[in-house]
Amino acid sequence: MTSRDDILESIRANLPRVDRPVPHVPMFDEDPPASLLSAFKDSLERMGGIFLAPPASGDVLAPVRVKIAGAKVVCSTVPELSGSRDIATVGATQELADVDFAIVRASFAVAETGSVLLSETDLNINALAYLAQHLIVLLDPADIVVNLHHAYRRPEFRERHYASFHTGPSATADIEGVLIHGAQGVRSLSVLPIPRNHQPQPTSPQEKKHD
Amino acid sequence: MLHPEMVGAEDTQAIYRDGHRLDHAEGASKPLRSRPEPQPRGAKVHGNRPIDQAEAAARFIASPEHEKMHDERLWDLRQKRDREMHHIPEWEELRSLASAIKEHTLTHLDEYLDQFEARARANGIHVHWARDAAEHNRIVHGILKDHGAKSLIKSKSMLTEECGFRPYMASAGIEVIETDLGERIQQLDKEDPSHVVVPAVHKLRTDVAKVFADTIGTDPDNSDVHYLAEAQREATRPLILAADAGMTGGNFVVAETGTFVVCTNEGNADLSGNVPKLHIASIGIEKIIPRLEHLAVFVRLLSRSALGSPMTQYTSHFRSPRKGGEMHVVLVDNGRSERLGLEEFWTSLKCIRCGACMNTCPVYRRSGGLSYGATYSGPIGLIIDPTFNARKYSNLPFASSLNGSCTNVCPVKINIHEQIYAWRRELVKRHDVPLVKKAAMKAAGELLSRPAAYRVAIASADVALAHLPRFVIYNGLDAWGKHREVPHPPKQTFHNWYKANRGGEQ
Repeated sequence: MTSRDDILESIRANLPRVDRPVPHVPMFDEDPPASLLSAFKDSLERMGGIFLAPPASGDVLAPVRVKIAGAKVVCSTVPELSGSRDIATVGATQELADVDFAIVRASFAVAETGSVLLSETDLNINALAYLAQHLIVLLDPADIVVNLHHAYRRPEFRERHYASFHTGPSATADIEGVLIHGAQGVRSLSVLPIPRNHQPQPTSPQEKKHD
Repeated sequence: MLHPEMVGAEDTQAIYRDGHRLDHAEGASKPLRSRPEPQPRGAKVHGNRPIDQAEAAARFIASPEHEKMHDERLWDLRQKRDREMHHIPEWEELRSLASAIKEHTLTHLDEYLDQFEARARANGIHVHWARDAAEHNRIVHGILKDHGAKSLIKSKSMLTEECGFRPYMASAGIEVIETDLGERIQQLDKEDPSHVVVPAVHKLRTDVAKVFADTIGTDPDNSDVHYLAEAQREATRPLILAADAGMTGGNFVVAETGTFVVCTNEGNADLSGNVPKLHIASIGIEKIIPRLEHLAVFVRLLSRSALGSPMTQYTSHFRSPRKGGEMHVVLVDNGRSERLGLEEFWTSLKCIRCGACMNTCPVYRRSGGLSYGATYSGPIGLIIDPTFNARKYSNLPFASSLNGSCTNVCPVKINIHEQIYAWRRELVKRHDVPLVKKAAMKAAGELLSRPAAYRVAIASADVALAHLPRFVIYNGLDAWGKHREVPHPPKQTFHNWYKANRGGEQ
């Protein structure tokens, strides 16, 4: 008899003889926050993430440009920004070990917890989001759901090979409760709200438009 | 509740944002000004002989710096859990749902395991089944051998602790590197984890400084936590990059999609699962839930119950191997299917390993997880461990005040304190209770069943307590007086007071 059959047989022999129907899970969304974006921002900051506020006018990506200005290796998987290393040319995951900043776009986010979802289609190489020293995430404000019940109705969990909620940076308090960011993974996680179809703003002041 | 020494302790290392102190992740309690004090070691284990939890606890309590920090830190986590609970109006409904989902799944466990296996295989995952710890270790060793793998990076998993995985791999010549900071500290110190969520919570920063000085070459006189954590990051990273294989556990398994979910705060499971080409996940068969919609309930409860943070920093869903990668899942029984048949104890399989029962338990907080001498410590350990070995862990169900706090905080509503009590009865029936304790309980039982004798005994005991010298009360035969002060006797028993004041009124 195989171990599989052995285990299943033992389970069947020991199943408690009680009736326990599968319960219905409500969506718990009767009382949504007025603004999903500001609820997301609050939750993200509580978890140690950095919310990058885009300037009211001009270059929406300016806060990201400021962050990566001094970095040696920047790896981007988004069309809005180009890094110094093209992810398409990276072979082994280990080659990402010297990346200072990784820039990616989240599939969606959760207001309740301040989480962004990153999957293999957002990252190209999954390890990018863990080997880089810092992670910058672009997020379309239209892609925020109210809570985890809504999040798990999203198609990503049935379609993607790998999907991970990032809720702030890598963190630990394993030594005497002292909070450390960057125990093993990224030292910081920043989120910039910017729509997916965002067009680069013209630079001449008279043509500036507000988002 | 705060110890006076802790109030106003310097807090120079806390992270602030916009003037607000951050306390997410694994709880930021107030750092202690620790005085040098050697770390008390855990319970002495001699084969199958009953673990003397009380003896190890006494040594922990005799180390006041450790006892104080441990108590404060875990109580801090408990308080943060309460804060989060009050944020969620549907908290009690979530607990009831979680309990109902788990009970439904456990009563249909064979069907859901079958469904998971079929989906996971269709998604390209290799699924293995292990009857016990030895088979688990053999299977994983086999996979590693097939790939010529000599080193393995590993994310924390209680199941692999249960299986004695690390010693097995050491004897097979395969290097295992823990990637969770707390678990890595424990590995380098050749100790087991003392808590299911915060494995090195019993150590002071000075203990960690000593371990790291001896193993990764840090400055023995520098116990700055940021320095220690950074040194560990730098020392572990090359090992992560060079590893041949990665291993994780699994917090939840979704039958509907063939997905397993791993929750960490450091992202170390994601490094283990995504850096090497080969990913092996060891998962207990009780971790399964039917559908994605059920997952939401558990993810909302897990970290809030564990650390009082809304969510773990990383909640990762592995559904199939990544391009060019290979993924194996080992489903482990190791006594679980048998536990399912224990009428009074099967609901202990609902446990999601959040550690909330440990953080709230007064015995656990003051005696340290290693005093239990078992993989699972604290209240949940008291009811799981005897199912592995009723003789070896026969003392553990007595390491409880039965105050019921564990049951009150359990996110899946396991009646923990009732099961602890049930184990006491069961162990007495099986004659697995030490002689002195048994004799005392037998005498107490007889006394309690005879009200008149009880009244006389109480009255004379109170007189005796008030007048007997300490050595008569606090000796080896009085289990009660061994670890606590006997209460001051009242001047009058309640019964006598009632007779005198209310007795004639009816």
